[in-house]
Amino acid sequence: MKRLLVLFLFTLSTFCFAVDYRQLPTPEMQETYESLITELRCLVCQNQTIADSNAELADDLRRQVSEMLQQGKSKEDIVRFMTDRYGDFVLYKPPFKTKTGLLWLGPAAFLLIGLIVIFFYIRRKQSAAKTIFSAEKERKIRSLLLEKSGQNKKGDTF
Amino acid sequence: MAVFLALGLNLKPGDIPSPFINKPAPTFSAAKLDSPEEKLSPNDLKGKVWLFNVWASWCVSCRAEHAILNALAQQQQAAVIVGLNYKDEPSDAKNWLQNLGNPYNVSVMDREGRIGIDWGVYGVPETFVIDKKGLIRYKHTGPVSADDVQQIFLPLLSQLQAESE
Repeated sequence: MKRLLVLFLFTLSTFCFAVDYRQLPTPEMQETYESLITELRCLVCQNQTIADSNAELADDLRRQVSEMLQQGKSKEDIVRFMTDRYGDFVLYKPPFKTKTGLLWLGPAAFLLIGLIVIFFYIRRKQSAAKTIFSAEKERKIRSLLLEKSGQNKKGDTF
Repeated sequence: MAVFLALGLNLKPGDIPSPFINKPAPTFSAAKLDSPEEKLSPNDLKGKVWLFNVWASWCVSCRAEHAILNALAQQQQAAVIVGLNYKDEPSDAKNWLQNLGNPYNVSVMDREGRIGIDWGVYGVPETFVIDKKGLIRYKHTGPVSADDVQQIFLPLLSQLQAESE
């Protein structure tokens, strides 16, 4: 019973992908269409592409994309058409511009800052460890260690 | 971190900047709601300052905005208010105007939402302000409030009225 219920719940999730049904005349067009609708944002729901969204605007934009493809427009033409009207926000992957620089370079910058911090942290630790004992004490420790390794004949079992 | 959080909390993700500011208004030739055999095009409004308000009878927040537009229409004789009746049934739209009053000098129909796409409309209501040269000077997303009228629209309209054609 439990298993049946789980199976039933899994089948429910497949309905979520059934938003779009457009069939374009050629396989190439269909391919461009499918890649385009997953790159354009639905501006109503914002965190969905127009392929995922069943908002009316998303449907209108899919209609627009399919019509333009059938008029022989290229992918670039359609992307330009959309950004001319809705701005860069309509692109799910924002273009690299001064305005979006922080967005693109931010993660790398934070990684770099992290690495620098770690580098200096480790270096400080190492130099701190080095100066715990004075030179004389260190000689003493070394001689003691040598003595010890001399007792263990193999010298590898500290 | 705190700075980013503060910035992020103050951003309004619903307000998407319009790429049309200071660009020519997209053209169309659309049937009028009252007399579908007549068409209106933005070219007909050259030399006038006009508001282009996207509305629909099915749009809940348009109802809140409607009274404010009615008041604005009374107050601001100089600006023409054009309505874009977006994805609506003409009969519903006419009823709506009859019951709630009609602030529009003229409304045109966009039953399939194509003019909407050309104007980058992504939600209703939206209001554009177009100057005498036919350039879009301002876009307001969502319902216009009484404060918006006082603080944004009236000053902008009188500024645009003073500009030459």
